[in-house]
Amino acid sequence: MISPNRAEPEVTRELALHHGLTDEEYDKVLSILGRTPTYTELGIYSVMWSEHCSYKNSIALLKTLPRSGGRLLVSAGEENAGLVDIGDGLAVAFKIESHNHPSAVEPYQGAATGVGGIMRDIFTMGARPIAALNSLRFGELSDSRARQLFRGVVKGIGDYGNSFGVPTVAGEVYFNKFYQGNPLVNAMAVGVVKHSDVASATAHGVGNSVMIVGSATGRDGIHGATFASEEISEKSESKRPSVQVGDPFTEKLLLEATLEVIRAGYLIGIQDMGAAGITCSTMEMSAKGKSGMRVDLDKVPVRESEMSAYEIMLSESQERMLLVVKKGCEEQVKSIFDKWDLHSVVIGEVTNDGIVRVFKGGELKAEVPAESLVLGGGAPVYIRNAAEPAYIRDRKAMDFQSLRSIPDYGRSIKTLLASPNIASKRWVFEQYDSMVRTNTSVLPGSDAAVVRIKGTEKFLAMTTDCNGRYVYLSPRKGAEIAVAEAARNVVCSGATPIGITNCLNFGNPYKPESFWQFKEAVAGIGYACRVFNTPVTGGNVSFYNESPESSIYPTPVIGMVGLIENRFHITTAAFKNPGDDIILLGKNRGDINGSEYLQQLFGFAGTDAPHFDIEEERRIQECCLKLIQRNLVASAHDVSDGGIAIAIAEAAIFSSFGCAVQIPNEKSLRNDFLLFGEEQSRIIITCPRDNQREVTTLIRQSNVDYCLLGVVTQEDKVSINEIAILDGEELREVYSDSLGKRMSS
Amino acid sequence: MGAMSKVKFGIVVFPGSNCDHDAYNVARHVMNQDAKFIWHKESSLGDADVIILPGGFSYGDYLRTGAIARFSPVMKEVVQFAKNGGTVIGICNGFQILLEAGLLPGVMLRNSSLQFVCKFIYLKVENPLTRFTSQCERGEVLKIPIAHGDGNYFADAGTIASLHEHNQIVFRYCSGSGEIDDVANPNGSLLNIAGIMNEEGNVLGMMPHPERASEPMLGSADGKKIFQSMIESLVLS
Repeated sequence: MISPNRAEPEVTRELALHHGLTDEEYDKVLSILGRTPTYTELGIYSVMWSEHCSYKNSIALLKTLPRSGGRLLVSAGEENAGLVDIGDGLAVAFKIESHNHPSAVEPYQGAATGVGGIMRDIFTMGARPIAALNSLRFGELSDSRARQLFRGVVKGIGDYGNSFGVPTVAGEVYFNKFYQGNPLVNAMAVGVVKHSDVASATAHGVGNSVMIVGSATGRDGIHGATFASEEISEKSESKRPSVQVGDPFTEKLLLEATLEVIRAGYLIGIQDMGAAGITCSTMEMSAKGKSGMRVDLDKVPVRESEMSAYEIMLSESQERMLLVVKKGCEEQVKSIFDKWDLHSVVIGEVTNDGIVRVFKGGELKAEVPAESLVLGGGAPVYIRNAAEPAYIRDRKAMDFQSLRSIPDYGRSIKTLLASPNIASKRWVFEQYDSMVRTNTSVLPGSDAAVVRIKGTEKFLAMTTDCNGRYVYLSPRKGAEIAVAEAARNVVCSGATPIGITNCLNFGNPYKPESFWQFKEAVAGIGYACRVFNTPVTGGNVSFYNESPESSIYPTPVIGMVGLIENRFHITTAAFKNPGDDIILLGKNRGDINGSEYLQQLFGFAGTDAPHFDIEEERRIQECCLKLIQRNLVASAHDVSDGGIAIAIAEAAIFSSFGCAVQIPNEKSLRNDFLLFGEEQSRIIITCPRDNQREVTTLIRQSNVDYCLLGVVTQEDKVSINEIAILDGEELREVYSDSLGKRMSS
Repeated sequence: MGAMSKVKFGIVVFPGSNCDHDAYNVARHVMNQDAKFIWHKESSLGDADVIILPGGFSYGDYLRTGAIARFSPVMKEVVQFAKNGGTVIGICNGFQILLEAGLLPGVMLRNSSLQFVCKFIYLKVENPLTRFTSQCERGEVLKIPIAHGDGNYFADAGTIASLHEHNQIVFRYCSGSGEIDDVANPNGSLLNIAGIMNEEGNVLGMMPHPERASEPMLGSADGKKIFQSMIESLVLS
């Protein structure tokens, strides 16, 4: 029986509300326990039922996403990350997760621990991480705070990943005032595992040992998960102690030791400690194995003296794992961790009554049914009210023809190439080690990165994508486009898309307009994933991305992985040979709505996401992949931000050649709309003249629109419709140096 | 050593090494030689012909780069191996460890940009008459990547004069066409120095990663020349 402890605060309804529980939720705790919770138990319920751990406001909708089928081996939510079969007895594990709130108050550590956390999610499954990606959003770079956050986040990601020894191979960065007070930091990791080495996050077998391994537990990160479940405010600065501190060196040792111990066969289960630390791992593993645990906190290695049960249970100290070890194998496990100079201590054992009991100083501090705490068990599930926001409901069709014309098209091209959203992210990715492990076959900067899997003939293409402006203007269509663009990037690299992970960054779900955006976007992702046959392997929801200044653009980031079975299919965006024909797959419509051109030159987001027809998109992607797999094309580049003119310029910039292009304009579209419109479903390919007949025949058979655009030239000049004639070297300089210049000014 | 036998590469693994597998992969699978890992706690190098100190962040490099690794038990053996004329190559963090261990002169400072930098650069072979560069021409330009935060080589004037005198400067950063200037210097290194050897010519430290540039698929195979040179020097000796 639990007796109240005088040293701890008295648990009252008021204290429960202060912990973030609602009245209704506190009543539920009272009814589950049949008594007032202890202070430690209150901490446990508040953190497990926080938005971050319970997905209480999102799970009902997430269940509508396609979470099985295709090559999926482990469905979303069943383990730390989904698993996709890639043949040869191998599977790929990948997942993306947000670290927005910690990065907003402590950019360096916030971003670093975001990388560390997602890496642990991957290797806790037995997979060796082979690549890292990220997706970032900041305010405008004219603002010094935005620059400071950007600099800190990039350094944090770099320092952690570089030291950890996994290449950071791809990502995206956008800048917009709506992210001013609330930057987004989403980190993704990809790992590869033999089917026979897959580990599970479960606990079963009465008497088996529960061990904690890795770093000692400190007071850092207490209530981090709760902090992540509220809006950012002036008070957020005071939450700085909720941000964890990363140690990539320890994580590297933990990786090697963990993979060694998993392969040795001593484990029943393993789970990393991220949000809610020991609490989350003990509760989730017990619930999954329908078991229970008895845990003695006096045995947990701690960094600080006098830590209470409450603090130890809620600490989010990094680089720790919880292991359930077969009885009798404890010493063997310990010897592996000793070799890597890491702690490994038995802190308890598995029971079978479904209860997790936590002791400290000989006293029972918590006695809770594991099932009552977890997602899919007793954690609350809500469907919030959704209401179409006024900006969408009341929007009127806009006549863009009245837009002031800017006749110097060459100058507009240079303005767009220099804008931070389009310009080369070299300043960012050169700070990341993109090559360690010697597998990166296509380095950062092309449409998707390509990483080889040693010991096989296979490669993985990977990308992260989301245009938040499109999603803001039309949440459903914008989310469909995010999936489509990710797939298009993967296809342009020569890969078959095999699955996605998503990081859904939205505002406060208790605001009906925010929740409507979320609901629409999830519907869009689900629909698009079914069309492209890319199940969702898992992911993360980040609500409450609001600050006193603004709410973010709704930003459902899609991380996609594709499979390449033959090295000759690897394709990049750069022009390859002078004399090659340049062909557009798809159709120019001159839809300027939602474009970067409107944003950069007119300061206007537009009224709707650009034209998108998902069936047309599917046909074009299938056609492009067929052309690549028949070795008919030399390069492929997707048309996205900045429209066709920017896509053409980029393909030249990435090479050392120029091009002479005449974009047909039968419908007499406005020149700027033709050049910079962002209607979707377009890919620019090049092919040797000798292949032209075969290429165009296959395109026609695929029922895809196309047109001949021109030819790659030896002369290093980009000439488009004779209305923009630009020097290649000048474009290269504008494109590649603009971001760095902004950061050093 | 007979022409038929394989060269044995020993790759030292410190906690925090992360280019150990890459060096192993090139030695074993690209160059088709023998290779083994040597754990830093070991007190013998076994029968290794070449010792590679690989890149990474030994002990997290939370202090000064390479400062703790040099106290690892295995380093005593590496120093002895070098003193006996054995071939030792330190790449990136391995170069930093060689400096800390006193096997090579000079120090590494933070990059002048104060940022980590990872990219392909060009490297001029200043001295082709070494066991690390015999497969290169004098003045040949190699395309090899760098990936470091502390690669800004510095030494006092006396040391530099001595390096010149004994032809110890093996590699310098240059442009694609071979010009050695500030634009081609990625980290602020004195005289664009990218790699040096000891006076005896059996210990080389270099910041660029030849093991990352030994397969065309990775963007360049120029790094193979360095491995090939070491192999030839041993097979022919």
